[in-house]
Amino acid sequence: MYVAVKGGERAIENAHRLLASARRGDQSVPEISLDQISEQLGLAVDRVMSEGSLYDRELAALAIKQARGDLIEAIFLVRAFRATLPRFGASEPVETGAMRVQRRVSSTFKDIPGGQILGPTFDYTHRLLDPSLAEGFVPEQPATAEASTVPTPRVTDILGRDGLIESSPRAEEGASVGDLTREPLNFPADRDLRLQNLARGDEGFLLAMGYSTQRGYGRNHPFAGEIRFGEVEVEFSAEDVGFAVPLGSIELTECQMVNQFKGSATEAPCFTRGYGLAFGQSERKTMSMALVDRALRARELGEEALAPAQDEEFVMSHSDNVQATGFVEHLKLPHYVDFQSELGLLRKLRREFSEAFTDANAPDAMKEAAE
Amino acid sequence: MAVLAHAEAGEIAARLRTLALPAHQDLRAPENGLVMLRGRVGGDGAPFNIGEATVSRAAVRLASGEVGFGYTLGRDGEKARLIALCDALVQSSDFGGAVERDVIAPLREQLTVRREKVAAETAATKVDFYTMVRGEG
Repeated sequence: MYVAVKGGERAIENAHRLLASARRGDQSVPEISLDQISEQLGLAVDRVMSEGSLYDRELAALAIKQARGDLIEAIFLVRAFRATLPRFGASEPVETGAMRVQRRVSSTFKDIPGGQILGPTFDYTHRLLDPSLAEGFVPEQPATAEASTVPTPRVTDILGRDGLIESSPRAEEGASVGDLTREPLNFPADRDLRLQNLARGDEGFLLAMGYSTQRGYGRNHPFAGEIRFGEVEVEFSAEDVGFAVPLGSIELTECQMVNQFKGSATEAPCFTRGYGLAFGQSERKTMSMALVDRALRARELGEEALAPAQDEEFVMSHSDNVQATGFVEHLKLPHYVDFQSELGLLRKLRREFSEAFTDANAPDAMKEAAE
Repeated sequence: MAVLAHAEAGEIAARLRTLALPAHQDLRAPENGLVMLRGRVGGDGAPFNIGEATVSRAAVRLASGEVGFGYTLGRDGEKARLIALCDALVQSSDFGGAVERDVIAPLREQLTVRREKVAAETAATKVDFYTMVRGEG
């Protein structure tokens, strides 16, 4: 129960002043710029864009600065900002097969057309802290090599040609694309809504859910068929122009999980799949997303759905960190009246208990008990 | 026009300054909004919503009647206006050639150089597999 309580305005105002000062920290240390955040903490910016569900590097950097590096607070700020702008429409679906890849690896095939391209990755680093980064570090010029003109088709497309993997579901004629920012969520939810939910879902939550499937809670035997990161072009069919106009390019990470095969009396066995797609370089996020996407297909694939990661209502209702933090953190706001009523009830119960206890221990009662 | 969406407003403006521009007016003042970005299930299946992006748009009309539209990712309304102006100019027989030659072509060249640099750096991280020879007889 919420009751308007007055008072505390001055304390709040001063607390916010103190926050602004704490955010700035020691003023003899130079202030951090948005460019510095965007360039040097790029993966934090990517995460805030993904889970804030808004592609705008500069805004995400500002949110990180304002939130003092608290990424969930930054995501909250970005979500709130997006609610202030009108929506012009929806883009044409991006073509990830035509991505200008900066990284592309497959753990299922060594020799894929276009090759295994490591790009800027933490993989194979030794995870030893590097003291030389502490100050004045100047990196070497990146090595260069002649760029290949060989296309880099999606690994799943190659498997698909031989029918070894299920094909992606086609859109039904005239079907609209579900949008959970516009309509309330209902269960069971279609895959478009599930993927939208996972794309903006908390990386930590999805990581734990994906991990749980690997540990046996909804096992589905995954291989990382392909992970790719790079730039894709965005086009938008503008009504006033009358055709699709180019908007520029965005960075995306895509993960194709190849999972345990299934078949039936009427269908030849083939691998199944899970899909992950997120803004920026978000590998852990898209891998987790693909694991969870596959787990959530249990019902559709006729699998027993007993594990948390296979329960779409559980996953989709708890994946959003803005909703989650709102409900958890609201506990610290005043609940004085709520608590007073609980306290009143508890006092009453204790009084009744005490009276009953005293009665039970009264000499008469003891006598009766002895008889 | 895709080239212009990849350029900075300042770069477009600097190149437009080299031309004697005709009179023009805003048909739609620059405004900021959102576009919902879509992907496809599995990369090639049914579409789904990934998340939104900030987008700016504007429309410009030349005194001679040509109407140009400008759309771009981001919140730089001036950039959208400059793209709209270029879009109008390329339709004009008097300015189309000059805009292509003095604005778009150099920006395309600059974009190509930038992309080739990334591609060359990326190519250097491509794995060359070789088979280890086991034992020495």
